[in-house]
Amino acid sequence: MWLALGTTAVVLLALLWDLARPWLRRKLAERRTAAAARRERAAQTGYDPGRERRAEQRARALLRSCVDEEAWAMYRDLGFLRVWGGLGDRARGASYAYLIYPHKPIVAYLPQTGELLNEYCVAFPDQSRPYGSARLPDSDDVLAKWMALTADERHLIAEANMHLPGRQVDPERARRDLLRLARWERTPGGAPRGAHAEGHTPPSTPSRAQAGRQAGELMGGADSVPAA
Amino acid sequence: MRLLRLKAGHGEVMLAEGDVEVPEQELELIEAFRRELDQGMCAAVPTETSDGRREAELVKSFDEVPRDAERVIFFPRAAGGAPGTSR
Repeated sequence: MWLALGTTAVVLLALLWDLARPWLRRKLAERRTAAAARRERAAQTGYDPGRERRAEQRARALLRSCVDEEAWAMYRDLGFLRVWGGLGDRARGASYAYLIYPHKPIVAYLPQTGELLNEYCVAFPDQSRPYGSARLPDSDDVLAKWMALTADERHLIAEANMHLPGRQVDPERARRDLLRLARWERTPGGAPRGAHAEGHTPPSTPSRAQAGRQAGELMGGADSVPAA
Repeated sequence: MRLLRLKAGHGEVMLAEGDVEVPEQELELIEAFRRELDQGMCAAVPTETSDGRREAELVKSFDEVPRDAERVIFFPRAAGGAPGTSR
């Protein structure tokens, strides 16, 4: 009798296994597909701090290799770059300058008085979105702005959306940064070389109106930069 | 000469590397250069002026790239915007 019952149980188990096998196989395949989709979504949109950090390290190394020693030290110590304006007309000297922040508008100001002129909102979106985001690493964003500004200031300014100071960059912060910059330039280790070399420092002290006119000429209209 | 591209979430990637004096390698560089421009990238060559100041030069074709340039950097075209601060 026990033998008959055992045989029946084995047969039942075999039948059940045979019936359940397609269902189990289907469920397993579904789970595998869902896991793969989850991994893919995570790869595309997931924020990976390690990857971002490595990206930023690469970007900093590239920025350092492109800008001069003074600019690199400024960025390393202060977190922004200053670029003199009017690069197309160096003979007259720069009467205004720009502060380049990562992923923030470029701020135009008067170096002699520290007065803020305008904000220029400009972005360099990487539409290929390799990791789900179009955002360049911070230092790459600064490098792109620096390259665009030093190569073709007029074009970059024309492409940017211009706003009065305070739209995105807190004016108090910008003024504090200008003070930090001034202090940094006075520090022996602050400006490594050529911080005040010929061609870097404006030769004259222009008024805001003069600077506004010069910037206005650059942008193709005297009204582009509001005069005092 | 190396062709580099700034890439979101990664930093720069090397697209091509070669000697412009070697015709085959120059062709590869030209092809890679055109591919990037076709994708809407800007190309800049970091340069140094006679007074030692560093700046960049935008180039619109491979012919405009100085023969002795060590690298050309491609970056997304500038667009007016109001970038946020959050990730």
